[in-house]
Amino acid sequence: MNGRREFLRRALAGGAAVAGTTACPSAHARGNAEIPPEAIGLLFDSTLCIGCKACVAACKAANDLPLDYNSPVDALWDMPLDTTARTYNVIKAWQSGTGTQRNQQIDGYAFMKSSCLHCIDPSCVSACPVSAMTKDPATGIVQYDADACIGCRYCVAACPFGIPKYDYDSPTGKIGKCELCRHLLPEGKYAACAEVCPTGATLFGKVSALKAEAHRRLALQEGAPTIWPRGNLDTADQPAWEGPAPRYVQHVYGEKEVGGTQMLKLAAVPFEQLGHKPLPERSFSSQSETLQHTLYGGLVLPLAVLGVMSWVARRNVKHDDETDARGAQDAHAGEKRHD
Amino acid sequence: MTEHIHVAPAPVGGRLLTPVTFTCGVLILAALAILAVRFVLGLGAVTHLNDGYPWGIWVVADVVIGSAFACGGFSIAMLVYIFNKGEYHPLVRPALLASLFGYTLAGVGVIFDLGRWWNFWHILSPAYASPNSVMFEVALCISLYIVVMWIEFSPTFMEKWGMRDARRKLNKVMFFFIALGTVLPMMHQSSLGSLLIVFGTQIHPLWQTMLLPLIFLLSAITIGYAVVLFESCLAAAGYRRSIEMHLLTPLAKIMLGVLAVFMIVRFGDLLWRGALGHAFAANLQAFMFWLETACFLSPFVLLRSEVQRRNPARLFIGGALLMLGGVLLRINAFLVGYDTGTGWSYFPSVPELLVTFGMFAIEVLGYIVITRRFPVLPREDAPPTATPAALRAATR
Repeated sequence: MNGRREFLRRALAGGAAVAGTTACPSAHARGNAEIPPEAIGLLFDSTLCIGCKACVAACKAANDLPLDYNSPVDALWDMPLDTTARTYNVIKAWQSGTGTQRNQQIDGYAFMKSSCLHCIDPSCVSACPVSAMTKDPATGIVQYDADACIGCRYCVAACPFGIPKYDYDSPTGKIGKCELCRHLLPEGKYAACAEVCPTGATLFGKVSALKAEAHRRLALQEGAPTIWPRGNLDTADQPAWEGPAPRYVQHVYGEKEVGGTQMLKLAAVPFEQLGHKPLPERSFSSQSETLQHTLYGGLVLPLAVLGVMSWVARRNVKHDDETDARGAQDAHAGEKRHD
Repeated sequence: MTEHIHVAPAPVGGRLLTPVTFTCGVLILAALAILAVRFVLGLGAVTHLNDGYPWGIWVVADVVIGSAFACGGFSIAMLVYIFNKGEYHPLVRPALLASLFGYTLAGVGVIFDLGRWWNFWHILSPAYASPNSVMFEVALCISLYIVVMWIEFSPTFMEKWGMRDARRKLNKVMFFFIALGTVLPMMHQSSLGSLLIVFGTQIHPLWQTMLLPLIFLLSAITIGYAVVLFESCLAAAGYRRSIEMHLLTPLAKIMLGVLAVFMIVRFGDLLWRGALGHAFAANLQAFMFWLETACFLSPFVLLRSEVQRRNPARLFIGGALLMLGGVLLRINAFLVGYDTGTGWSYFPSVPELLVTFGMFAIEVLGYIVITRRFPVLPREDAPPTATPAALRAATR
């Protein structure tokens, strides 16, 4: 059975080519992306948040966002339960048991901010096929360009934090998400949520400074008096206040998760209870891009496979012309061919 | 050395208006009406899409599954032109036609789902290129492949319209388009799986793996053969033609071979990652995993011996079940195994389903019109007076 042997030989060669293209993802491995040295971000300290939602309203005003009713029947309150394409920032309340003890796990309650974390190695940017979602090389802000966007919603699906949202109620819907008030930066202003926050629960600044501040807080003795900065940590534009330190969970959320984020979070209640799933340190985009560039880097592999296929097809396609040409006149044209 | 006879393709002829084509027409009109609403009022007006499930069946069924069903042309072309199995040549044109429709519609179907569809051309423009994006690569490859397939299929029109010179010139370079026609589907069928890698832990461990590209590619190739079995039986029954059993019986064996490789990779990967334990949990994901696996395994039982592979009804059902396995793999990986957080749910709305049905109806209608009027299926001189019982069994 010559034919079968030949078939197997080719099948193995083809299989090896395919396996080679998919099974060696280490060849072009890329690790997590590095944070820009001047990156800016936010530090959200759940223990300081009093749930006033001034930041939710300030965000709406700063970004010129429309009202967003959570009940179409009773369209009275602009109080969406989660971020949407028209609401980039919400404060969520968590409670357990009687819900009377602030920042306690048992019978306690706490607040959590939900908005874009500005990943250092964002999945949405890696996913976007038309460069509508990009990461600013200087500030590290994950920004969106509606004029480039095709509305495929790959970013919505890919984000591990569920942040980019699409407006399904509009025929020309856009993606909506926090862009850290990048339109205010040239005016010398900064993120509206941090500027309006009365307790400093949301603090704006350089990520390096915010990280140092987060670790300073984690090192505090419970009950020890300390200084709480407000507004912009870098410029200290608002007066700080003094108060006792809470008992923190020893975890800066966003320091390591999916390669790190430019929004850091502190809390007195385990993050998982506050709706923050544990995530691996390796960014998903680095995994995806490592695979893609292993397969398609410089188009070497596809062109090599194309070369082999062209050579083989050229040998095998010859009989085709004869058959078809003859067949057009004689339906029963017989043909002898090698297998 | 094998000897075989090539029968030239010829139009089937016959009436174009039949109950089947009429039904297709009605489904297509319904889909168009729904799409009109979608383009005026937005995606939310007709779909159940939400921010937890931003991709619904318009992506998963119309594009991901639709293009996998359209792999017949690719799988048969590989067999005939790369592995030099010339005896399968009569299957090339019908398979290519179905692929052409499947892919062209998948390409058009994407536009229905795009929220900002007027920017669609950005994906092909270097100014917006995003080479890190898996979808960028998928979109480029599929667009290019659609063009390549129209070129591969163009001799059919050239024959009909008597363009001999053009046909001869094209034949000289056809080998290159055939080669492209094998490489491009390899690239995007694997990448349709890679799309999910960036979703990370949002995809259930039964489906999230770095081998997704290989799993999707192998399943697409085997689905390609299954679709040819399915289509050949259906075309034979619908047009009352004889079934090309001398081709389909050995083709079924090749299908089982590729399917075996797929199953080894699929389960080898699950064992290697230690993820198989999730299959024994009491939840929807585990149930759907076993349903998917049962569909993939059933052809091994239905078509286990040569005798069974000579039974058209078994070929038809085996092919259909394998296609269903491919459907479930894709639905499971993209929707059932996708968890973006508590509080979100998705099940397609009736209008959403009707658009998907309409898309498949366009494929069926197009296939019927073209095979009746253009030389695609092998010429059949003796009108099949007696329809074999096997044929009727195949349509039951």
